[in-house]
Amino acid sequence: MNDPIPLEELDERDLERERRLDQIRHEAETRGQLQVVTPRPAGAPFPQASPENGYYRIPLLKEPPWTWEIPGYLFVGGAAGAAAVIGAIADYTGADRELVKHARWIAAAGSVISPALLIADLGRPARFLAMLRVFKPQSPMSVGVWTLLGFSTGAAATAFAGFLRDRYGPSLPVRVMEKAGQAASLAFGLPFSNYTGVLIGATAIPVWNRNSSDLPLHFGASGLGAAVGILELMGHRKSRALQALGLGAAIFETWEGLRIEGRSHSHLDPLKHGTSGWITRTGGVLSGPIPTLLRAASLFGSKEGASSLRRWAALSSVAGSLITRVAWIHAGHASARNWRLPLEDRQSAESHFRRQPRPLKSNPKTS
Amino acid sequence: MSVTAFLTDSTLCIGCKACEVACKEWNGVSEDGLDWSGFSYDNTGSVGASTWRHVKFVEQAPVPGLGGNAAEQASWTFSSDVCKHCEEAGCLEACPTGSIVRTEFGGVFIQPDVCNGCGYCVTACPFGVVERNQKDGRAFKCTFCYDRQKAGLQPACAKACPTESIQFGEIDHLRQKAQERLQELHARGMNDAQIYDPTDTSVRGTHAIFILRGESRTYNLPPAPEVPTVYLKKSWRSSALAAGLLLGGTLLAFLADGNRENGRGR
Repeated sequence: MNDPIPLEELDERDLERERRLDQIRHEAETRGQLQVVTPRPAGAPFPQASPENGYYRIPLLKEPPWTWEIPGYLFVGGAAGAAAVIGAIADYTGADRELVKHARWIAAAGSVISPALLIADLGRPARFLAMLRVFKPQSPMSVGVWTLLGFSTGAAATAFAGFLRDRYGPSLPVRVMEKAGQAASLAFGLPFSNYTGVLIGATAIPVWNRNSSDLPLHFGASGLGAAVGILELMGHRKSRALQALGLGAAIFETWEGLRIEGRSHSHLDPLKHGTSGWITRTGGVLSGPIPTLLRAASLFGSKEGASSLRRWAALSSVAGSLITRVAWIHAGHASARNWRLPLEDRQSAESHFRRQPRPLKSNPKTS
Repeated sequence: MSVTAFLTDSTLCIGCKACEVACKEWNGVSEDGLDWSGFSYDNTGSVGASTWRHVKFVEQAPVPGLGGNAAEQASWTFSSDVCKHCEEAGCLEACPTGSIVRTEFGGVFIQPDVCNGCGYCVTACPFGVVERNQKDGRAFKCTFCYDRQKAGLQPACAKACPTESIQFGEIDHLRQKAQERLQELHARGMNDAQIYDPTDTSVRGTHAIFILRGESRTYNLPPAPEVPTVYLKKSWRSSALAAGLLLGGTLLAFLADGNRENGRGR
C-alpha cells in the first residue's frame, strides 16, 4: 500500500470529495441511513396506497370485454324489435301494405344480423349453442338470448311467408305461418327492443347500474327512433303514424338527455366528460333535439319540404341511435376505469338497493 | 363434505408470492409478462384471467408500529388476494350458459368446457376478479382448487403458504378463528385490525375472508360490494314500461292515423 497523500497536497476538488466521504460516514453513524440524492425513476413519486387513493389507484373493476359487435347488436336489436312491433300493429290496423312489408323486412334483417353479431363477439358459432343449454330468468343475457331466438324465428318466418305469398299467391299454410310468425315477432319484439338496457343495467359497472331504471326506456325510445327512421328512409315519409312515433321517440330522447345533463353525480361523469362524454352528447343531440325540431318544422310548410325535413330527421335519428349505443358501451369502459367509484362506502353510495343488514354469526369484539 | 373457505391473514403475509407460484404451477396458468408498475413490488396489479392469486404490496404513509418500519419510511403490508367466492355471486347469476356453478364445497367454479366467452360475468363481478382470456375468449378465475378439494386436499396456495397467512378449512370454523385472531391482534395494540367478510351486503358474505389492518379500500376491497341481481327488479320494471309504451303508442299512432289502406301511393 502506498503512503496516503497528505491532505494539504490535494486540490480543492479532490479535497471536497474526501470531505464528502467523512460526511457520509457521519450521517450513517448518526441517522442509521443516508439522505442521498439519487436519480428519480420515471413516474416518481409513485402514489401510495391509502383510503383516499385506494390501492395505488389501480381500478378494482374489470372493463367490459366487448368490442364493436355489442354496440352494433344493441342498435340492430333495438331497431329490429321496434320495426317488428310497427309491422305487426300496422298490419292489424290495416295500414299501408308497403309499410307492413318494409317493417317486416327490417325485422327479418335484424333477426339475421343480431345473432351474427353475437357470434362474432363469441368467436365461434358453436359457442352460441352453449347459451341454449339453460334458461336462467336471473340472467338478462340468458333471457335475452331466448328472446332473440323467439324474435328471430318469428320475424324470419313472417318475412319468408310474406315473400311466398307475394310470389305464389296466398295459401292456408303460408297464411298461418305469416300470422303466427307475426304474433311471435310482436310478442318477442316488445322486450327485444329494450332488454339490452336491462342487460347492461344489471351489472357491476357503476355508470350502467346507477341508470338501470332509465336504460330500458332510453334504449326502447332509441330503437323506436331508429326503426321509424329506417322506414322513412325507405320512402314512408307520408305516414302520419310514423311521424307521431318518430316525434314521440325524439321528445323522449330529448328528455332523457336533459335528465342526464341535469343530474350531477360522479357516477354520471363518463356520460359528460372525456371521449365517452362527447360521444354521448353527439348521440343525444342527434336522437333528441335535432329530429324533434326537424319533425316539428315538417308539420308546417309544403309537402315537398316536409318530406325533405323528415328525411333529415330520419337520418339524424338512425345515426343518433347507433352513436348512443356506442356511447353507453364507451361510458361503461370509462366507468370501470374509475378506481374511486367502487370504493365508495355505503354512506356515499345510494342506499335504495340495499337489503336489511344481516347480523354476523358471532359479534366482533373490540378490546 | 363440508363448506370450505380461505382465511387470508395479511398480518402474517411476508410477500413471498409462493401462493402465486403454487397456483400457477398447479393449475397450469399462463404467465402475465413483466411490466414494471412502480407500485412497490407489485408488478401484476390485480387478479385476472392469468393471475388467480395476487399478492398486494400495500405501501402506505408511515404509521408508527405498522410493519415495524422507521418513522421516515413508508409502512409496508402484504395481502394475498383471490376470488372471493361470494355467497351471492354476480358471475354465477349472470352466466347464460350455466358454465359457472356452485360446487359442493361452496366455491364458485367456471366449467371451462361449457364457457362460451360471452364475457357477461366480467361485467357482473363486483370485485373485478373474472376476466376474459384474450387468446381463447373464455373467462377464467380461481377454481378454489376444485380438483384438489375433490381429492380431499387443500388448495395449492394454502398448502404453499409458509406462514399460514392463507388458511383453508371449514367456513364456520375459519370465521370463528378469524374472530379469535382479531381479538388477539387488538390485545396486541393493533386496534385498526379488522375482518373483511361483507355479510351485511347483498353479496351475503364470501368464501374468502381477510384480516386486514386499516381500511379495506386501501387493499382495493370494496366497502359495499353489490351483487348486480339487485338491479334486476328496477331494470325489468323499466323494460316492461318501455314495452307497454311502445305497444300502446304504436297502436294509438296507427289507429289515429286515418290514412288507412289508401296510403298506398307513399
